[in-house]
Amino acid sequence: MNPEPVSRLEQILKQGEFAVTAECGPPRGANADVIREKGELLKGFVDAVNVTDNQTAIVRMSSIAACVHLEQMGLEPVMQMVTRDRNRIALQSDILGAYSLGIRNILCLSGDHQTFGSQPEAMNVFDIDSMNLLHMVRTMGSEGTDMSGFELDEAPHMFIGAVANPFADPFEYRVIRLAKKIEAGAEFIQTQCVYNTERFKEWLRMAREQGLTEQVHILAGITPLKSANATRYMATKVAGMDIPDDIIKRIAGVPKSQAAAEGIKLCLETIQELRELEGIHGIHIMAIESEDKVGEIVEEAGLLPRPVVEV
Amino acid sequence: MIVAEQKPIDEIKEMAAPYRKLLVLGCGTCVQTCFAGGEEEVATLVSTLRLAAKVDGRDIEVEGLTVERQCEDEFIQEAAESIARNEAVLSLACGAGVQAIARRFYHTPILPGVNTTFIGVLEKQGLFTEECLGCGNCELATFNGICPIARCAKKLLNGPCGGSRDGKCEINPETDCAWQLIYDRSKALGKLDNLKAYRPARSWQASSAGGPRRLVREDHII
Ligand code: SF4
Ligand code: SF4
Repeated sequence: MNPEPVSRLEQILKQGEFAVTAECGPPRGANADVIREKGELLKGFVDAVNVTDNQTAIVRMSSIAACVHLEQMGLEPVMQMVTRDRNRIALQSDILGAYSLGIRNILCLSGDHQTFGSQPEAMNVFDIDSMNLLHMVRTMGSEGTDMSGFELDEAPHMFIGAVANPFADPFEYRVIRLAKKIEAGAEFIQTQCVYNTERFKEWLRMAREQGLTEQVHILAGITPLKSANATRYMATKVAGMDIPDDIIKRIAGVPKSQAAAEGIKLCLETIQELRELEGIHGIHIMAIESEDKVGEIVEEAGLLPRPVVEV
Repeated sequence: MIVAEQKPIDEIKEMAAPYRKLLVLGCGTCVQTCFAGGEEEVATLVSTLRLAAKVDGRDIEVEGLTVERQCEDEFIQEAAESIARNEAVLSLACGAGVQAIARRFYHTPILPGVNTTFIGVLEKQGLFTEECLGCGNCELATFNGICPIARCAKKLLNGPCGGSRDGKCEINPETDCAWQLIYDRSKALGKLDNLKAYRPARSWQASSAGGPRRLVREDHII
């Protein structure tokens, strides 16, 4: 593995600081200002910004391009890459291209199935899975070769991330899968949004017992709930989401106008709880289409100022 | 078996419209077992088409015949006479059967009467499920008898995605998550270890990705 940190995010985590990342979805169009405006809202509040890759299988500006726009503003991007739309040839090529453009963090995913998106008639790829993608990026960096073993003219050294969903089934397999992702190359993990803290703690305990939290930096997922309806929708319609009933009741129990504030309050409580846990090295805020709330959350959680590091 | 489903009658009528003498040709193997193109379906379709022609005031002759297997020459020959006296054949066989007939009867138009869907089984009365994609390199030993290539919506070979919930697949609450099944069966067999090791990227060369496949059996060549 690469001993020198390749990104600020890696440096911050290696230093033992509690990291903060946030998600930013590219626009459904070619307007780069949308990305820049979102970037402005996040600047100074987070260590790195995840850029989604055609999230929920809806066509958006490419993750690589949006990452470059953020980079030009001085933000550090985490490029998300899914195996749904590209085969191994395209993935390797895009990784090389992304690295040449200065992108240093990558998050490897399989991706939402296209039947969820706006073009369900599309063919999917799934040539390799997220695990193989992790392995590919690591090998490109550490061995300096592509998947065929061909020696690359300049190897892309990236800080490699994966996702974990402790709330999906079969529960016992979730830790096995985490171990496999680490073995394949994951250096950091961003989790699904945490609402069911009990289940999350159980997963973390199992991971700790196997020594996994020593081998990888886990950033817990946080998403502020906006309204009772949105909460119910997320709880029932969004794949892989686990929102316990008492949380739905809590958001539904306050007047409509105060639901969003209650959602932020809940976030802050969750962050507080997560920070205490051994093995949690940061949070990843996915404030979908409410990037303006990220600063407030980070500030209220007492996570400012963000550390200044140079790589 | 190969599972197929009869095409909507309007589509069949439209395809058959140019012909005045039509043979509805059934197949007595897979499509008979899945109630799409066997003897009974042929009989029903023949009368439906005759009736429809009558209603529309068109004068057509529709004949029905079912052979044991449309994908084998030996059985195809049995249909030769019927095919010769008709203008076109509406085959209720799978895609392989339809093409085998087209190959043998070069000058007769052949129409597909079913949509060939998948290699599967009758899971329970009225429900057929896909089980195999014919990937050319069977790994059912590793996955303890359940195929993630055909049955996981994302063809994941290193474990379930984050959408697996209560045994169901994220893309359809009616569909079992292949990985839940794999996990449960592997556990029951005491073979969870199979699923713990990292599985490298798979070669798809033996699958349809490698182009149309041929199987040469030297020992059978005469
Ligand atoms: S591994 Fe390949 S051959 Fe075996 S059941 Fe699955 S798709 Fe069919
Ligand atoms: S829910 Fe299960 S079957 Fe469906 S895509 Fe995920 S792992 Fe595959």
